[in-house]
Amino acid sequence: MYLQFISFWGGFWEALVNSRELFFEASQLTLALTAVSIFIAIFVGLFFALLKISNIKPLEWVANAYIYIVRGTPLIVQIFVFYYGLTNVWMISGFWSVSLGLAFHNGAYIAEIFRGSIQSIGKGQTEAGRSLGMSQALTMRRIILPQAFRRALPPLGNQFIIGLKDSSLAAFIGVSEIFAVATTQGANTFDYMTWLLVSAVYYLILVFLLTLVVSLIEKKMAVSGDE
Amino acid sequence: MAKQMIEVNKLNKYFGDNHVLKDIDFHVAESEVVVLIGASGSGKSTMLRCLNFLEMKNSGEIFIKGNEVNPKKDNVNEVRQKVGMVFQHFNLFPHKTVLGNVMEAPTQVKGLSKSQAKKEGKELLEKVGLAEKANDYPSRLSGGQKQRVAIARALAMKPEIMLFDEPTSALDPELVGEVLQTMKDLAKEGMTMVVVTHEMGFAREVADRVVYMHEGRIVETGAPKDIFENPKEERTQAFLSSIL
Repeated sequence: MYLQFISFWGGFWEALVNSRELFFEASQLTLALTAVSIFIAIFVGLFFALLKISNIKPLEWVANAYIYIVRGTPLIVQIFVFYYGLTNVWMISGFWSVSLGLAFHNGAYIAEIFRGSIQSIGKGQTEAGRSLGMSQALTMRRIILPQAFRRALPPLGNQFIIGLKDSSLAAFIGVSEIFAVATTQGANTFDYMTWLLVSAVYYLILVFLLTLVVSLIEKKMAVSGDE
Repeated sequence: MAKQMIEVNKLNKYFGDNHVLKDIDFHVAESEVVVLIGASGSGKSTMLRCLNFLEMKNSGEIFIKGNEVNPKKDNVNEVRQKVGMVFQHFNLFPHKTVLGNVMEAPTQVKGLSKSQAKKEGKELLEKVGLAEKANDYPSRLSGGQKQRVAIARALAMKPEIMLFDEPTSALDPELVGEVLQTMKDLAKEGMTMVVVTHEMGFAREVADRVVYMHEGRIVETGAPKDIFENPKEERTQAFLSSIL
């Protein structure tokens, strides 16, 4: 038992060290998937959040339908629909179809995060802006959104982490990100356990770095307290 | 007769089934200071908010500087530039510095250059006695200081009318004086002002006219001396004896 344990960990460390170049490359792909999909998702989310609070019924329905569909279907189904759907009409790589699928998915959750944070900003802020002659759009852009964005950061950070980990689903359509490399290595060596743990180490490091970045942004934006 | 800055005819306003303003006729002349008094729920704040269209009337006419304003057709944003407003809870922009608060509307709405807005903003802060706080964020100010910044912010748009919605009601008693002083200075400069307040001392001293509202109607209006010393209506007498 003890010897087994020792030999397993020995093998694990060896695998971790020797495979570093392979996993560095895969990590870059994971990071790229995450960054691209989150970047797009922020705009998608903001767009649907604004539709939801527009007070224009048809626009609200569109936003609600979008959120309903995303929340009601598994992410893996969405990614496959994007992959097969998009590659049929449009020459698009696996990387981009997963990125867009993830952006579509995360956008719905981010829309709800933004909607909540926008609605949490007091009505007095809107009235102050409007009473100065600012238009509704200008008040939203200059007064409400900067405050709402700051309030949205903690839940957004959470969503970013989920997005990073969900990017592992790209493995199923042949994008060689961390999880894909780990399963390939596992299949080649008949030693899945070791390689899955190696991939877990990389995910832990990436999530740690992402958390760090989000908390830095939070600190930077917290210079002014709430009233 | 002085030019009418605000004229309101047969204004009615409902919140659902609740009839909060009933056939209000009201006018304010240039440089006049009108103080609205009355119990809470009497409609004075709603009336004030109708004047810059934060609340929309249900019927009646509102003239600002002689022009009827129809919020469905006219550009309310332009009207609001002439009508400054100060709120009970200040509503300063917490993500902007004091100077940033004052500069926001002139740069964003009027397209004033940053340097010009900064110069004017600093002068205004000087005027309300807060020049040294220009680069602080609102969270670091006292209530009285916040309200003076809010006044400077409204003045930055060079309004011709200023509306005050219970500007001292959220303040600690010792901070009320500094805000009232700023308002008095403004009145002395000839600003047209409509003030909703419970500060009867201010009404007595500064107002040209006092308007008493009760349950959505204007019950009595007159010079402060007449209203406070010799109210004609029974309800005005009852209200004043309950608060004085």
